[in-house]
Amino acid sequence: MTTVTLNGLRTIPAKYVPVLVTACLFVAMFVAGGIRYEGFASGQVILNVFIDNAFLLVVAVGMTFVILTGGIDLSVGSVVALSTMISASLMKGPGWPPYLVIPLVLLIGSALGMVMGYIIHAFEIQPFIVTLAGMFLARGLCYTIGTDSIPIEDPTFTAFAQTRIDLFADLWISPSVIIAAVVVLVAAYVLHYTRLGRSVYATGGSEQSALLMGLPVARTKITVYTISGFCSALGGVLLSFYMLSGYGLHAVGMELDAIAAVVIGGTLLTGGSGFLLGTVLGVLVLGLIQTVISFEGTLSSWWTKIFIGLLLFVFILLQRLFSARRT
Amino acid sequence: MAVPAPILQMSGIGKQFPGVKALDGVDLRLLPGEVHALMGENGAGKSTLIKVLTGVHPIDAGTIELLGEPVAFGSPLAAQGAGISTVYQEVNLCANLSVAENIFVGREPRRWGRIDWPRMRARAAELLARLELDLDVSAPLSTYSPAIQQMVAIARAIDIEARVLILDEPTSSLDAVEVEQLFKVMRSLKEEGIAILFVSHFLDQVYEISDRMTILRNGRLVGEYLTKELSQVELVAKMIGQELAALEKLHGEAKVFDRSLLEARGLGRAGAIEPFTLTVHEGEVVGLAGLLGSGRTEIARLLFGADHASAGDVTMDGTAVSLRTPRVAMNHRIAFCSENRKSDGLIPDLTLRENIILALQATRGWTRPVPREQQDELVGKYITALKISPPNPEHLVRDLSGGNQQKVLLARWLILEPRLLILDEPTRGIDIGAKTEIQRLVAQLSDGGMAVLFISAELEEVLRLSHKVGVLRDRRLVAELPNDDDLTMDVLMETIASGGASGGRAE
Amino acid sequence: MRRLLWPAVILAVLLLVNVFFTANFFSIQMRDGHLYGSLIDILRFGAPLILVSLGMTLVIATGGIDLSVGSVVAISGALACLQISQDAGVFTAVVLALGLSVLLGAWNGLLVAVVGIQPIIATLILMVAGRGLAQLITGGQIITINSPSYKIIGGGYWLTVPFGILLVAVVLAITVFLTRRLALGMLIESVGGNAEASRLAGIRSRGIIIMVYAFAALCAGVAGLMISSNVSSADGNNAGLWVELDAILAVVIGGTSLSGGRFSLGGTVLGALIIQTLTTTIYSIGVPPETTLLFKALVVTAVCLIQSKSFREKVFGRRRRAVPPSPAAEEKVRVTA
Repeated sequence: MTTVTLNGLRTIPAKYVPVLVTACLFVAMFVAGGIRYEGFASGQVILNVFIDNAFLLVVAVGMTFVILTGGIDLSVGSVVALSTMISASLMKGPGWPPYLVIPLVLLIGSALGMVMGYIIHAFEIQPFIVTLAGMFLARGLCYTIGTDSIPIEDPTFTAFAQTRIDLFADLWISPSVIIAAVVVLVAAYVLHYTRLGRSVYATGGSEQSALLMGLPVARTKITVYTISGFCSALGGVLLSFYMLSGYGLHAVGMELDAIAAVVIGGTLLTGGSGFLLGTVLGVLVLGLIQTVISFEGTLSSWWTKIFIGLLLFVFILLQRLFSARRT
Repeated sequence: MAVPAPILQMSGIGKQFPGVKALDGVDLRLLPGEVHALMGENGAGKSTLIKVLTGVHPIDAGTIELLGEPVAFGSPLAAQGAGISTVYQEVNLCANLSVAENIFVGREPRRWGRIDWPRMRARAAELLARLELDLDVSAPLSTYSPAIQQMVAIARAIDIEARVLILDEPTSSLDAVEVEQLFKVMRSLKEEGIAILFVSHFLDQVYEISDRMTILRNGRLVGEYLTKELSQVELVAKMIGQELAALEKLHGEAKVFDRSLLEARGLGRAGAIEPFTLTVHEGEVVGLAGLLGSGRTEIARLLFGADHASAGDVTMDGTAVSLRTPRVAMNHRIAFCSENRKSDGLIPDLTLRENIILALQATRGWTRPVPREQQDELVGKYITALKISPPNPEHLVRDLSGGNQQKVLLARWLILEPRLLILDEPTRGIDIGAKTEIQRLVAQLSDGGMAVLFISAELEEVLRLSHKVGVLRDRRLVAELPNDDDLTMDVLMETIASGGASGGRAE
Repeated sequence: MRRLLWPAVILAVLLLVNVFFTANFFSIQMRDGHLYGSLIDILRFGAPLILVSLGMTLVIATGGIDLSVGSVVAISGALACLQISQDAGVFTAVVLALGLSVLLGAWNGLLVAVVGIQPIIATLILMVAGRGLAQLITGGQIITINSPSYKIIGGGYWLTVPFGILLVAVVLAITVFLTRRLALGMLIESVGGNAEASRLAGIRSRGIIIMVYAFAALCAGVAGLMISSNVSSADGNNAGLWVELDAILAVVIGGTSLSGGRFSLGGTVLGALIIQTLTTTIYSIGVPPETTLLFKALVVTAVCLIQSKSFREKVFGRRRRAVPPSPAAEEKVRVTA
């Protein structure tokens, strides 16, 4: 079995190997789950992973842009929380309609990202630190708005949250999944077919070279953080659909999930190498781990963390072994 | 003969960096259809001049005129837009992108707003065919050698509608055949009326290709000359500001080598170098000659334990040794100055002193620091002996010129008093003064009993220094030639070209 | 020395701000043979962060980063409290907790140096799993203990000074000795500055990297003991939560670059003190607790901007350009010429 896979891999360009490894591991996990648990091996289980992680997928897409340029964005989780908080408070207090609230939230997220990108670029401060400050800022704004959870009772939001889009054979998805899928497709198009996308890869490969080749490095860097801010805000909107509340403690640590998804998907943190498809697989893997643990049923919450850690380890180790063999 | 109006005219250029006046009143004009060589020692201001011209740095004084119009470029992009393309000394491409993308990134052919990949690949292949290169343009650039990468950089530069092409030491990583190929391209570009600014440390190349030259020294203009009217000796004199003493005979009396120091038998590494057999004697300089990528560096790395051998064995003083890691090799008193000073040699953030004592400290381990007095004494001794400038032990190595960096690297190994010193391209990219000093030092060391493995792309240098020359071709050691009166440049080149069929005995 | 200028100025400004709100801010009193005062409190409460930051400095100097220190803080405290609650001696508990910390650190180092995983990901594994491990040890509960001798570590006094401050002083002294008196510091800076060149210079970088991660975890372990001892309980869920971010911040504010190479222990201590003083200031000037993070974000941004050379040049730079080059600069030209 192993040799067959390996022989197959040998004819595939090296850059696709990490994504393939993740795909194989995902399939293996799904098959193992199907053998162990009754009712696991169904299409709806996979779709549920999408439904439960649509917001994470959107956030991870933004993170992929940032990581491809060699940067990192720690603020995403807080921006997600801030978006839920702003949406909930504006709809509850002044009673703003959703078609005003959602664009505003997306604008705020993008603006935050843009400012961070500008500081990173113009003042040459490390992205880790700037986005860490951004993380404090967004979380701080949440608590300033309110320390309690604010329920969302807007009819549009609740309708959106309860909508089930039926597919064939009793399978269904939520509207959030469609939004996430659109985001993924648009992002993949941008990365592969536009100059901005190629500048992202070039900047991540070598910023110095990209600059000397006359690429708009400054604009690229600011843009990726803006995209990440936008994706976080959109992820926040999707999370408000899912949770129907705004809360300063939503999405704590989501930045780590997003980074983990991107890395499991085979994107290098040093930048310049990776694919969006990998990120999708990364999110699926993280979601599937949670599904497995919920199927297991009796595990305490701490075992979830230990298992995610262990699986993260196994994935990264396998990635490492496979790519080491190739080079 | 009427001189046509220059495409580019720089006058009275001045540039100040914190603490250094890099350029002062420099003039440069580039005429259409001419190759113009920019000459000067390291630190003369060549790189700075190119950087202010291409908009990397702003100028503090003077004017730049392009086709008679004053210009000031705020960025490399603006310079490119005006038709000034540059190929820098170190390949400035993105190794993670494909060959085709590296040529076109930033100005990809588009259709309906989206990048037209098939057309981009086709045009890239076309362009490379003009340079007589046949590459898989969709493969990542990182899969190709530095030489090929350099050619890709040139392909990128000439595809931009260039009026001025700047080549900053483009040949330093190219072998002879590739240099010829490049020159062919340069000549055809010249005929199209493009002005080419060419920077190189190889005088022969400058004389072969350039029509005119501008010489700088210490950030000031020495003058502009027609190449055919200036002899090499005059050029060197103007560059270093003094008459160069005739190159003296480097070695003392002829020596007999009877004490073998290191023997490699059937040593090889799959994919890097075929198994070879080589003996190095005490006090012997063994030169390695061959084209780039022929396996010269790979031999050096195996003998230093930087890579693992997959076959063969090594004996020192008749006892078998296993050179698994650099540390083991160092314990056997082998030292290795690597080819790539920046990536494999120096620690740019550390001071001159720290860089020099680094290897000594490594052998002692972190628990036994080299006492400060001993450090100062050793460092002071080598700063004086190797004429390292500035002679300040606390200066950061990143701020030193290439030649001085090389000397720091040499000093690091010399304080270990090695029995075998491996030098991989120790004189590449450094100025002539430092070059002769290093050559002289190698001769002195070997006269003192140290064995030296000397790798250089310059055959003349190999020939002058070595007692014995190993010739490599296609990752094989094809010949081992004693350096006697019969061994000339022609014989050596013949051997490299023919793979040892006519010269020497094949191993 | 100039590298320490900005952190020192910022710390001084923060301290002075406090004087406006708390008149006797700088006064230190002796009560019951113990030193009291705001400054002492800053040192005492800042002690765990300083410890974690010291270890983090060395990790960052090798070009790495350690996200798992917060989890190690929790694990160490949990294990020690568990042992004590099961009637083990304080000494045994401390040794076991620190021993486990070192092991966990060595594991991180192994992943980074031997397996070759990027540090941020390698330590992310333990950051996630370690939190679970800490909860596993405490059984998801908060373990409360009553041990006067364990209480000394974080809450006790010795020779009038809080024990925690002394502990920090000792660890700082040991770190300075190892890195600056012995050659460890130079080798770390060399590995962080250029790993491949260091290998070719004969440095056994694997050993150094493993040691540095183990040291960082040891520091975190000590901090974990201090925190759990101070409150006489272990909370696997919240102990040391996000301390890794504060520690990284402290290191960067202290002037050590995240890309590795040169490091400054003095700067790190100043950085950690700035962060602690900030927290104290927030309370003393009466910022409402829910805006604490907001305030912190603004100050951190300001601090980072002031330290950024290009920010200073862009904002204050215009005047400086007119100044003629100093004599020293001209001398340098002559030397290089």
